[in-house]
Amino acid sequence: MEWEVVIGLETHTQLQTVSKIFSGASVKYGAEPNTQACEVSLALPGVLPVLNKQAVHCAIKFGLAINAEIAPRSVFARKNYFYPDLPKGYQISQFELPVVGKGTITIQVPAAGKQAAYEKVVNITRAHLEEDAGKSVHGAVEGMSGIDLNRAGTPLLEIVTEPDMRSAAEAVAYAKKLHELVQWIGICDGNMQEGSFRCDVNVSVRPKGSDKLGTRREIKNLNSFKFMTQAIEYEARWQIETLEDGGKIQQATVLFNPETGETRAMRSKEEANDYRYFPDPDLLPLVITEQDKAHVQADMPELPAAMKARLEAKFGLSSYDASSLTASRELADYFMVAVDAGAEPKQTANWVMGSLSAKLNSEDKYLSSSPISAQQLAQLLKRISDATISNNAAKQVFEAMWLGEGEVDSIIAAKGLKQESDNGAIEAIIDEVLAANAAMVDEFKAGKEKAFNALVGQAMKASKGKANPAQVNDILKKKLQA
Amino acid sequence: MANNELTNGSLKSYAQLLHSKQISSLELTQAFLQRINQYNPSINAFIALDEDKTLAQARAADARIAIGSAAPLTGIPIAQKDIFCAKGWPTTCGSRMLANFVAPYDAHVISQFDAAGAVNLGKTNMDEFAMGSSNETSYFGGVKNPWSYDRVPGGSSGGSAAAVAARLCAAATGTDTGGSIRQPASLCGFTGLKPTYGVVSRFGMIAFASSLDQAGPMAKSAEDCALMMNVMAGFDERDSTSLDRAKEDYCRDLAKPLAGLKIGLPKEFFAEGLSAEVGQVIENAITEYKKLGAEIVNISLPNTGLSIPVYYVLAPAEASSNLSRYDGVRYGHRAAEYTDLMDMYSKSRAEGFGDEVKRRILIGTYVLSAGYYDAYYLKAQQIRRLIAQDFVEAFKQCDVIMGPAAPSTAFKAGEKVDDPVAMYLQDIYTISTNLAGLPGMSVPAGFAPNQDGPVLPVGLQIIGNYFDEARMLNVAHQYQKVTDWHSLAPNLPEGKA
Repeated sequence: MEWEVVIGLETHTQLQTVSKIFSGASVKYGAEPNTQACEVSLALPGVLPVLNKQAVHCAIKFGLAINAEIAPRSVFARKNYFYPDLPKGYQISQFELPVVGKGTITIQVPAAGKQAAYEKVVNITRAHLEEDAGKSVHGAVEGMSGIDLNRAGTPLLEIVTEPDMRSAAEAVAYAKKLHELVQWIGICDGNMQEGSFRCDVNVSVRPKGSDKLGTRREIKNLNSFKFMTQAIEYEARWQIETLEDGGKIQQATVLFNPETGETRAMRSKEEANDYRYFPDPDLLPLVITEQDKAHVQADMPELPAAMKARLEAKFGLSSYDASSLTASRELADYFMVAVDAGAEPKQTANWVMGSLSAKLNSEDKYLSSSPISAQQLAQLLKRISDATISNNAAKQVFEAMWLGEGEVDSIIAAKGLKQESDNGAIEAIIDEVLAANAAMVDEFKAGKEKAFNALVGQAMKASKGKANPAQVNDILKKKLQA
Repeated sequence: MANNELTNGSLKSYAQLLHSKQISSLELTQAFLQRINQYNPSINAFIALDEDKTLAQARAADARIAIGSAAPLTGIPIAQKDIFCAKGWPTTCGSRMLANFVAPYDAHVISQFDAAGAVNLGKTNMDEFAMGSSNETSYFGGVKNPWSYDRVPGGSSGGSAAAVAARLCAAATGTDTGGSIRQPASLCGFTGLKPTYGVVSRFGMIAFASSLDQAGPMAKSAEDCALMMNVMAGFDERDSTSLDRAKEDYCRDLAKPLAGLKIGLPKEFFAEGLSAEVGQVIENAITEYKKLGAEIVNISLPNTGLSIPVYYVLAPAEASSNLSRYDGVRYGHRAAEYTDLMDMYSKSRAEGFGDEVKRRILIGTYVLSAGYYDAYYLKAQQIRRLIAQDFVEAFKQCDVIMGPAAPSTAFKAGEKVDDPVAMYLQDIYTISTNLAGLPGMSVPAGFAPNQDGPVLPVGLQIIGNYFDEARMLNVAHQYQKVTDWHSLAPNLPEGKA
């Protein structure tokens, strides 16, 4: 039987606020345990939550970015369960009425094997505001579990998709797109190591053609795209094998073990909590007016899709190039700074996505830590445009700049890479080449076009690569036709 | 001035004595502390006293008075219900769960009194987590009704009630979720006000049922309550349900005549269940109001009978969640021995909470459970809106609503402990105002004879429209100008020498 994998994601994005969602305590990462736990974080008797407006601002921003319905009235609810790192014995979340309703995100799924790259629209079911829990710390105190409540109350936006994805590649493309988007609009720092962006992936399988969803298992807390791919692929395979062996899938929460590459059930539905959700009487319903939305809209950066269209229209970039350049805010900013500094847009696109990206990838560096700034790249590209150096020479300059050997012009001078553009000098070189290669000249004249290229090569060689290739071509052509 | 006379004064009289330097706050405070030392061992109204802290505040108040920057309550000793967190004070909420808890911060109400220069006399006894109508669920023991030691003072603010009635404090704070200020005010014969929900900040007030809890004054007169309200009320951004309204002077309307006042009498408040003697006292009070020029309008609050069932779904639901934080992990009671996490939770909570609290946690957990939520919690919320609507209709016909605050006078200790439903019926006339968020007060209206005991105080309940506290205080004050029920104090049996 042919199987179809069905995937939906729930992503917890930590919002970039100064303080916690219901108190004034700091949300800075990495502080000493419990130094960022105020009365509210500790859930002392009598404390009350007060909603952080900045967190609401972030939620509205996200809603606008995915063209979603933003609820004029949403409600905070208590999710009740006991856990040592959950100080109140309930988490304040949103249940029946979330702040952000249905929206869409368009993803680009890269080519793989025979499958060409394609676009797909993923439907967002909802996004809701909630508070994070603290952390249980094991091993810090001998024979005991410690509790660190620094993270308790950190604002999260949980973004939930429809079960729209059909492969690990689609799920990862969605996760990456979302990861880029929340950073693009400045609501999340995207730091997956620190847990700012955590994905839970719901996976089920069904016979191809069936419109009934299979029983899902939820893979919790995946904090890298690599693990996400591995976990989904393992999980889907496991479910298919289980069903093919006549087994049944039980709804469960599973954890992915990166060491073994396997998923394992944490708890089955039978043991699952009844969270006894009810509206939190300590908080009034969250009311968002058209004016609030307009206020956030005014603070909204140009979105990737709009910028992509602009790059295509204004600079004549291909859809692929424009889409790649707007894949992240950083990349787009880098490109724009280079163009604004005078670099030719198409050439800039080629270099940014070519040499620069390749170099960053090979050294596992982020664009933010690139040794070559956008201004420096622009300077380099301008030297190609004004014929100071050849494309090949530019590559050498690029390498030198990467190693920190200096600015563009000084490197060109130091390495003697300046292109020979003096007609007289080039003519002299060509004359020598023609004299020394009479046989090739004869071949060309006999109709062998290839001989021309060989002669150009000889001339370039004789100039030690410095001659302007276009001039060499022109002069050589004239001389041979004379 | 004799100690008895001094402790029997009004807040206004204390302010005059203090401001004119006829007496110091230290002297006034010591007079109350002396009376507490004498009578508290038998009454058990206070469960935390700290003379050093209290006297330091009195001295600070005297210094403030000396430089002429005194406010109306500066230097006046106030008793605080042990539901309010007060920095450096034990704050137990009447529970073993918090028997070892010392609050590291001040509730809004406490800081308001501190800012006014009032003196914190100590923390008063209460039903555990404010759950009860007799103060018998307190981990720290019952409280005696100063009018008759074999009787309960009512609850949950039983300690504050007994302290006010026995003149162990100038005034006290209480909280009222279903009647916890008004029922004890009725049973102990003093004036108590539960303001409109949202008027007094709940920040630092230990939560029982968040959508119903409201703090208010418990004092000797309406005028004293008005002065207390001037300190307690006001917007606080730390409580999202606190209402952002302009500061009011609750004394402003006290002197207004009552001619033309329309008093609504809901027929449901005078039906079966009301003791005949209490009914008679209320009738007499209404007669007095007629003499003051009020008109009587017969009204109906048809859903009154549903208020107790609705309350006992909603309040436990909220309580079951509010009390989840008491898990023995960060503070409060933790069992001495346990095998694992679940065992620690269950033992700590089993030991830390009393029966009534457990009963309500169980009810609340049940009504919120999957499959029961719609039938109980949602249904109760719908009826809650109907109850509030009843009042909206009623206030189209009248200015205030009157009736009894409690169905009977103070009952004997132990009488209803084993019958929760009988105990819950104590709040039959008070609960609907909490459900509607309306202000209500109890005003001493006389005494009722008992077949099996002494005559005991009866409270007249006055229910006002939203934010109509100033008018209610006016209505009560005018009555207190022509009656003296509110100024009568019990003769206490000989206390500790």
